[in-house]
Amino acid sequence: MAKKIHVATTINGEPVEFLCEARQSLLEVLRDTLNLTGAKEGCNNGNCGACTVLLDGQPVDSCLVLGVEVEGARITTIEGIAQDAHLHPIQQCFLEDAALQCGVCTPGFIMSTKALLDRNANPSEHEIRFQLSGNLCRCTGYDKIIRAVQDSAKALAAGGRRTTEKTARPNGSPAKQAQTQPR
Amino acid sequence: MKDFEFQTATTVDEAVSLLAARGQRARVLTGGTDLIVQLREGQREADLVVDIKKIPELMELTYSAGAGLKLGAAVPCYRIYGDSQIEAAYPALADAARIIGGWQIQSRASIGGNLCNSSPAADSIPTLIAYDVTCHLAGPQGRRTVRAAEFCTGPGKNVLDRGEILTMLEFPAPKKHASAAYLRFIPRNEMDIAVVGAASWVQLNAAGDTIEKARVALAAVAPTPLSPTSVGEWLAGKPAMPQTFAKAGELASQAARPIGDKRGTVEYRKHLAGVLTKRTLAIAVDRARGVATSAH
Repeated sequence: MAKKIHVATTINGEPVEFLCEARQSLLEVLRDTLNLTGAKEGCNNGNCGACTVLLDGQPVDSCLVLGVEVEGARITTIEGIAQDAHLHPIQQCFLEDAALQCGVCTPGFIMSTKALLDRNANPSEHEIRFQLSGNLCRCTGYDKIIRAVQDSAKALAAGGRRTTEKTARPNGSPAKQAQTQPR
Repeated sequence: MKDFEFQTATTVDEAVSLLAARGQRARVLTGGTDLIVQLREGQREADLVVDIKKIPELMELTYSAGAGLKLGAAVPCYRIYGDSQIEAAYPALADAARIIGGWQIQSRASIGGNLCNSSPAADSIPTLIAYDVTCHLAGPQGRRTVRAAEFCTGPGKNVLDRGEILTMLEFPAPKKHASAAYLRFIPRNEMDIAVVGAASWVQLNAAGDTIEKARVALAAVAPTPLSPTSVGEWLAGKPAMPQTFAKAGELASQAARPIGDKRGTVEYRKHLAGVLTKRTLAIAVDRARGVATSAH
């Protein structure tokens, strides 16, 4: 039995202490030790972003962080963004815009979206696609996700209320438009 | 993943003595975006992992127009492009930092770690060579410096001795009428390993019409990041115009000695080395003339 290390951290605003082995990722600790199963294991090698959490405000793949590294850190997971019984506006927009099918990528997309909108309240479509490139979706396709991010920006600007107008689907394929943009 | 012992070093001396005692069985952790994957997938083994990002010296990020940039070996990528002064002074460094993985990777991964992982395809190393960065090392025998162009010795191999760590990357102060750019080719928009990467640095004359000095460096076309001096030497004294960039691209293409693999054939990679050299020279010259130019 490997020696366990004591770690004191803050998760979703609450002080949390846990014991873990050095080899355990933050994702394993969250899911298996702390029963915070919102962050998903997708690829487990830093490609898919399904395990995205905020570490001191920065989006990280929790599969590529060791549990022992978060001593003294501040972590936000998908479980921490709804307030009381109300979904966070980003969650509400993903739901209303049907920006998910199987839902495995969704917690990661929402955490990356939160990190983006915390820094840039009104990102362009190009900025959204660039900043979310570390999150993969294998079923919905990205257009609905992009629109949910745009609607989230509007909702947050309106004080968290969903605005009545949804973002219109642009003519043609947005994916193709984005590819032909000068990079 | 096999278990290992974990230590957090808070001084360079502590890190060096921990690492020297275990040699190859010890590994340095900064952002972990390469190391954790390598340990998990069995590409590397370690009995001891030493976290060095709590060492203040390794998290230093200071810039002044006179002294240049001191980039601590563990500073994550996002802090580079998040600093508008640094981005303006070293745009090719920001070009690379912005495209190493996605945002989640850039929150953790450091340029120093990218260098020490010593992949031939590493996105930041051509830029370090193009800027003629000095690598500061600390080890059991004391401190020494190595030029970025001489750091890598083979795929995954470098000049670091037993117990030795990279502490800091020192960028020369930016010169007037000089700038640089980095581009890589991948078959998708983002989040892939370079098929080929190229960085170009140019020093123009005051009129901005002649290249006085240039350095070109390439990724993924040789066992180490490649710095074909033939290209830089040929460029000295040439007019800063598209025909010059195209000819330099041909020379870079000839200097490239890639392997063919799943990412591209030998011919394709040689072709790309030429195209990317030509394009990065054009962007670097625009930037040296004061034209704001995005590489992405």
